[in-house]
Amino acid sequence: MSESIVKNNEIEGGAAAHADDQQHPIGVYLKVWILLFVLSAFSYMVDYFDFQGMLRWALILVFMFLKAGFIIAIFMHVMWERMTLITTILGPPTVILLLIGMMASEGNYVFGTRVDYLGQPAAAERIHVADVHLEEEAEH
Amino acid sequence: MTEHALNNKSHVQNIIDDWSADKQAYSVPWGKLMMWLFLVSDTFIFSVFLVGYMSVRMAATEPWPYPSEVFALELFGQNVPLILIAIMTFILITSSGTMALAVRYSHYRDKKKIAMFMLITALFGASFVGMQAFEWTKLISEGVRPWENPFGAHQFGSVFFMVTGFHGLHVSIGVIYLLIVAFKVNKGDYDKKNNYDIVEITGLYWHFVDLVWVFIFAFFYLW
Repeated sequence: MSESIVKNNEIEGGAAAHADDQQHPIGVYLKVWILLFVLSAFSYMVDYFDFQGMLRWALILVFMFLKAGFIIAIFMHVMWERMTLITTILGPPTVILLLIGMMASEGNYVFGTRVDYLGQPAAAERIHVADVHLEEEAEH
Repeated sequence: MTEHALNNKSHVQNIIDDWSADKQAYSVPWGKLMMWLFLVSDTFIFSVFLVGYMSVRMAATEPWPYPSEVFALELFGQNVPLILIAIMTFILITSSGTMALAVRYSHYRDKKKIAMFMLITALFGASFVGMQAFEWTKLISEGVRPWENPFGAHQFGSVFFMVTGFHGLHVSIGVIYLLIVAFKVNKGDYDKKNNYDIVEITGLYWHFVDLVWVFIFAFFYLW
C-alpha cells in the first residue's frame, strides 16, 4: 500500500519535471551560452586594449558578476528553485564580504608597517616581462 | 518544482511554510541538496584562497608582476597578451553549455545524447587541464616558483600555483566524475529506478567549476 503511494508520487514528480522542462527549452541555454561567450570576449578586451585604473576594475567586476549571475541562475537552475533552497545556497556565502573587509584592512596595515618601519618602497616600479628576458639574454 | 516556485504566495510566506510545517523543508532530491551543500562549502574554500590572495597582494611592497605579460604567448611572431587563458575560458564556458544540454536530455531519458554530451563536456575539461599543464610548464621553465619569480613579488608564484592548482584538481576530478556517469548512463544503470537525477547533480558540480574560473579569471589574470 505505502509502496504504491511512493511510486505514484515518483511518477507525478517525473511528470512535473517534464512540464518544468518545457518552460525553458533548448533556446534558453544556447542564448545564455552565446551571452557568456560575448561577456568573456568583453572581459578579454579589457586586457587586450589595456584599460587602466577605475575603468578597468569596474569593467572587470561588471563582466564577472554578469557571467557568474547567468551561470548560477540559468545553468545551475537556481532561478527555478524555491526560495528556501536559494537562501540556503546564497545566504551563507554573504559572510565572506565581512572577511574581505577585514582582510583588506589587515593587508593595508601590513603594507603600512613594511613601508614605515622596514623602509620598503611604497610604490615600487612594476617589472616588464620583456625586460627580464632581455637581461637574461645579456647574461648568456 | 516550477509549480511550487510560481505559486501566488510571497517568498517570505514560502520560507515560513517550508520551515514551520511538519514536513521536509527542501523539495529537491536528496542527492541534489547534498551536492548544493558541498558546493557551498567549496565556495568557502575558494573564497578563502582568493581573499588570501587579495591580502598578500595588498601587503606586498615588491611590485606585482603584469599577469597580462606573464601569460602572453607568441603567435605568428606577435606577443598576444593572456591568449591561452582566454582560450581556456572559452573552452570552459563551452563545456558548461554542452553539460546543460546533457541535463536537458536527461529529462527525456535520451541515453545516447546524455552520454554523448557528457563525453564532449569531459573532453573539453581534459583539454582545459592539458592547457593548464602547458601553462605551468612554461612558467616553471621561466623560473616561476611558489617561493620566487623573476617578474616581481614572490607571492605571485605561491598564489598562482595554489589557486590554479586547486581549480585544476577540481576540473580533473570533474572529468573523472563525468566519464563515470556517462558510462553508467550508456549502460542503462539508471533505468532500474528510472532516476536520472545524477546527471543534473554532476552538472551542478561542473557548472560550479566554471563559476570558480570566472572569479579566478577576473581577480588573478585580469586585475
